[in-house]
Amino acid sequence: MKLTLGPLLFYWTRQQVMDFYAAMAEQPLDVVYLGEAVCSRRHEMRLDDWLEVATVLADAGKQVAFSTLPLIESESDLKWVRRLMDAARDDPRLIIEANEMGAIRQLAERGQPFVAGHTLNIYNSYTLQLLAEAGATRWVFPPEIGRSALAGLQKEKPAIETEVFAHGRLPLAYSARCFTARRYRLQKDSCEFRCLDFPEGLLLKTREGMPFLTLNGIQTMSARVYHLERELPGLAANVELIRLSPQPAQMDELIAAYRGLLDGVAAPMPAGDYCNGFWYEKPGLDWVTA
Amino acid sequence: MASSFELVCPAGGLPALKTAVDHGADCVYTGFRDETNARNFTGLNFDDKSLKEGIAYAHQRGVKVLIALNTFPQSGNWPQWTAAVDKAAAFGVDAIILADAGLMEYAHRTHPQLRLHLSVQGSATNYEAINFYRERFNIQRAVLPRVLSMAQVEHVVKNTPVEIEVFGFGGLCVMVEGRCALSGYATGMSPNSYGACSPGKVVRYEETPTGMETRLNGILVDRFAKDERAGYPTLCKGRFEVDDATYYAIEEPASLNTLELLPDLLRIGIRAIKIEGRQRSPAYVGQVTKVWRAAMDAVKRDPDHFTIHPVWMTELNKISEGQSATLGAYNRPWK
Repeated sequence: MKLTLGPLLFYWTRQQVMDFYAAMAEQPLDVVYLGEAVCSRRHEMRLDDWLEVATVLADAGKQVAFSTLPLIESESDLKWVRRLMDAARDDPRLIIEANEMGAIRQLAERGQPFVAGHTLNIYNSYTLQLLAEAGATRWVFPPEIGRSALAGLQKEKPAIETEVFAHGRLPLAYSARCFTARRYRLQKDSCEFRCLDFPEGLLLKTREGMPFLTLNGIQTMSARVYHLERELPGLAANVELIRLSPQPAQMDELIAAYRGLLDGVAAPMPAGDYCNGFWYEKPGLDWVTA
Repeated sequence: MASSFELVCPAGGLPALKTAVDHGADCVYTGFRDETNARNFTGLNFDDKSLKEGIAYAHQRGVKVLIALNTFPQSGNWPQWTAAVDKAAAFGVDAIILADAGLMEYAHRTHPQLRLHLSVQGSATNYEAINFYRERFNIQRAVLPRVLSMAQVEHVVKNTPVEIEVFGFGGLCVMVEGRCALSGYATGMSPNSYGACSPGKVVRYEETPTGMETRLNGILVDRFAKDERAGYPTLCKGRFEVDDATYYAIEEPASLNTLELLPDLLRIGIRAIKIEGRQRSPAYVGQVTKVWRAAMDAVKRDPDHFTIHPVWMTELNKISEGQSATLGAYNRPWK
């Protein structure tokens, strides 16, 4: 079973991103997803920067994927996706993770293989089958559905790898509006890139103080961290890859702990406010222990 | 041009369907009484008998009937959705509104003569995505998520042969439809799988010394002072705390009203305007349909001199329950 690092969902400075991936090159990861996968206004990293990171990771033996934006609103968004596709086509070590159907139309037209991302709503094997026919060689299970949906999908799965989001704040929703800018009464187009101030997003609490959600620009995430530690042995028998989502601290410990679980070598798991309800078809914020 | 600018009205049941037809809808959209559609609310929607009667009533009066089958089936319950597609075809509906690509493939293959619309729940916000569904499943119309600006909507229209339908009035999702798991995160029931957001069965209103509290599955969504009207606890419309501020952190509880944009929507080639609200009463549906019929007739007659009749606004404000109205993403005041 392979261990993957999902795309960075938060907005960090260029230097922070470069340092992070330089460290990740040394880590026991099999696949690393790169690129901006949330907001089209985030440009700390230029394409050349991402290609530089990709080269370092590929030289370190990782497979590298470029993730596309899940919300494509404008021609310039489409152009960015096409540039990523061109880069991946020119380098056999790179693959695209497509996060909406517009990218898939173009990839299929080019005959370019791709990873079908978790925002595509692949809930049944019929949808999976047609994405496989369009060129998907791997798909990412949508984290908002659970184990019985996955079992149903796996039963009639085409010849394609399955990846499961196993650890990280859950990406729950996308909007054209920016909720980080809204908090600071800024217009989206003059947002002052306030996301840079919150390397793990902005915590949203209920009026009685319960941590509930995380605001990350146009994306809304869970406050709790999705965590499939106990479920890993069962997953290992059925899926090919599991995904960890980048976080600003303790990434090394987290990778060591998950790698250890896969290899049967005990390593301490970082503590956290965890949830796993979606996996058990319960409210996503629940923590199911049975 | 005049005949192809349709008013698409909600029908949560037979009385609403008849009211919409009587007040000038060109199309009504409905759903079966289960989780195959995104308004799976108690007491709502159609059984076989009422649907047959509704279709006959509408067709006799030259009005089309659309069925929304716009949730995402899983491998275990797949047959329920394909049976719903088959039934819609057998009943002679004018189109089905789908979100799941696998189900579109099924409908296209099994009922090639059946007209397919891409639901707003399909999350297609650009022409490449819409053209993907066109090429693969021959969809005839796409309903756009309520996140695009007017210029972006126009750009979509220019680059696809697919008819474009947009929301004109009613409740407003601030998230990209079909890509929102907030309700599932809080309640275990999501629009995509269960067919409802923030479902009523887990809603609680509690009078407390600090005001009326509204909760969803136990989670405090808002607290209202004595002089405030306690709204329904839709998750994204509550007041929360972020960095020491308490406010509508995601969205104010406003509703969409795009009457003033009608000339622009007609000019850029929008083919249909959708009214939200299958969960609303027949009286509501009748009132909104009447106003929008009059407005759409007026704009078609003379798009250059279209003005909003004050009576229309009075009528619409009366049923919006004191909520403020917004132009939503079309003019993007927050941009």
